[in-house]
Order: sequence, then C-alpha cells, then structure tokens
Amino acid sequence: MVARVRVPAVVRPAEVFVVRIAIQHVMETGFRLTDTGRPIPRNVIHTLAVRYGGQEVFRAELGSGVAANPYLEFPVQAVASGPMVFEWVDDAGIRGSETVAITVAG
Amino acid sequence: MSRPSPARSGLVFAGPTVRALQADDFANPGMLWVERGQKLWSEPVGPSRRSCGSCHADALRGAAASLPAVDAATGRLVNLESRIQACQAQRQGIEPAAHESDALLALSAYVAYQSRGMPVRVEVDGPARPYFERGRASYHRRIGQLNLACSHCHDANWGRRLGPETISQGHGVGYPAYRLEWQALGSLHRRFRSCLSGVRAEMLPQGHPDYLALELYLAWRASSLPVETPAVRR
Repeated sequence: MVARVRVPAVVRPAEVFVVRIAIQHVMETGFRLTDTGRPIPRNVIHTLAVRYGGQEVFRAELGSGVAANPYLEFPVQAVASGPMVFEWVDDAGIRGSETVAITVAG
Repeated sequence: MSRPSPARSGLVFAGPTVRALQADDFANPGMLWVERGQKLWSEPVGPSRRSCGSCHADALRGAAASLPAVDAATGRLVNLESRIQACQAQRQGIEPAAHESDALLALSAYVAYQSRGMPVRVEVDGPARPYFERGRASYHRRIGQLNLACSHCHDANWGRRLGPETISQGHGVGYPAYRLEWQALGSLHRRFRSCLSGVRAEMLPQGHPDYLALELYLAWRASSLPVETPAVRR
C-alpha cells in the first residue's frame, strides 16, 4: 500500500496549515459482482486516524461511497515540532501507517 | 496519410474537474503508481542483485517519448511495457511482470513520467516501416458488430458527442493513465480493449503484435504532442 502525505516544510507557531494524504487502495464497495456473478466482498479503509502533538487531531470513518485511492485534506494548528502519525485499517484487517515530521519555527 | 489537425490531447476534451485533477501533482492518483515505480526502480532483484537504476542512471529520461521502436537485437517492435519485461527477463534474470500487473504499471508510469512534457517522436521509417503500415491498416479496418474502424470516431468525428462524451482524437500520450472509470491506472493496451469492447469486436490479449503496431501508428499521429503520464481521463 503506497501512501503520500504532504505538509508544509516549515510552519509558524499556532499557524493553521493544510495536511494532504492520498492512499492507494481499491475501496471495493461490496456491491459489485465478478464476471461469474459472485459478489466481491467489501474492502474499504474504514478508519483513518491522525495523531500529532500528543493528541488525535483528525479521524475519518470512510464507507463504500468513497472512490478508490482516497484523498483527504484537513487543517491542523501547529503546536510544536514533532511527528505526525497517520494510521488506517481496511475491512481485510490490513493496517497501514505513515509518519511525517512537522517543523515549527519562527 | 492524414492525421487530425491541429493535434489535441485527450485532456482538451476532458471536463474542468478532470483537468484540475491531472494538473495537481499531489491529488493526481496516478502519482501513487509513479511513487511505487520509483521504489521498484532502485530495488535490487534477481540472482545478479541488479536494479533498473544500476544500468540506467538517468531513469531513461526521454525514452518513453520515442517508443514503440524496433529493438535492434531482435528486430521486433517493442513498447515501454515489453521493453521493461525484456530487461527483467534478460538482464535481471527474474520472471517478467505480467501485463497490467501493479508492478509493471508502476514501473512504466515512473519511466514515462521522466519524459513528461517532452514531445512524442517515433521512428516510422526503415525497419519500423512494416510495423507502421500494419498499425495504419488496423486503424482503418472496420471491425466488430458495429462495423467501425478507429478512424470513424477519432479522425472523422472528433470533437462531436457520443452520448455524454466528447470524442477525442485518440492520442495515447497520457498512458499509463488513471481512468476514473477504472478507478486505477491502466495501460494503453487496456484502453484499446475498452474501445474494441465498445464496437463489440474481439479483444486481443495485451502485448499482441497488432496492438504494438497500432501503438506505433498512434504515436506517429500524436507526433509533437507532449507526454502527459500520469494523465487522468474519464
């Protein structure tokens, strides 16, 4: 599973900045059938949680209405330099994670 | 020999949201494959522990813009995907990645991405000539239950409507491309199969010599258009 995260290289203290994440995932809805008529089981990333500065700053619960390779963006307020940790899990139980460093200066 | 003039990329016929998605290098979902391809590029594999990068230092910048081309060693026409497969089998000594596999899509997207913005320029004379003529013949041959040739839509009727879609000139410069219909990155040969299914013709397997020849003819038609990989299309 490939994931891409983008944050500003440097943010000022208390600045509100945008975090963008894209994850490669089929996001199988569970409503489709194979060529021979068998249902394809649902497999979507159902939970994505983001921790930064000692607390959870963002949580998303995704469903079958979200397109493949989900892309999300959300604002976060800068508190201190440190890691921002992204963790997600899909219906097949596969977990993914990504970490980026947030640099607060100025 | 006619080709649409002026040549217009499929991007011109796409809606504003699709164009915006392609223009944003982060939101463009095709970049996920490019990034995977970058990792695979430098991964040593096989008995020789050689990666693609061990031999090709510059990630083959510009190579995708001049393919398909006749391979000097075998005298056969190769496109980007079959060139990668040949390298995997002969130089790296591994089982070549299957057509439309995630690994082959990622690698071909990464290599084509190195040529992004460079104009397509393929050799159609000399040893490539018979392949070019074969591709031109398939392009103009009526096929399928609808009895249509490629030229009936993409030469004679581009810019007009087919249901909700605007018919493009049928240039493959953005492939491998992310199609919203597929919800994934896909190769030009997969796109060929979609068109053939549309005219209810028999679909050939990917990498078929007819598809390679057609790819060469299309690249000639698209001459001077820039490579857009990874493009986004509906």
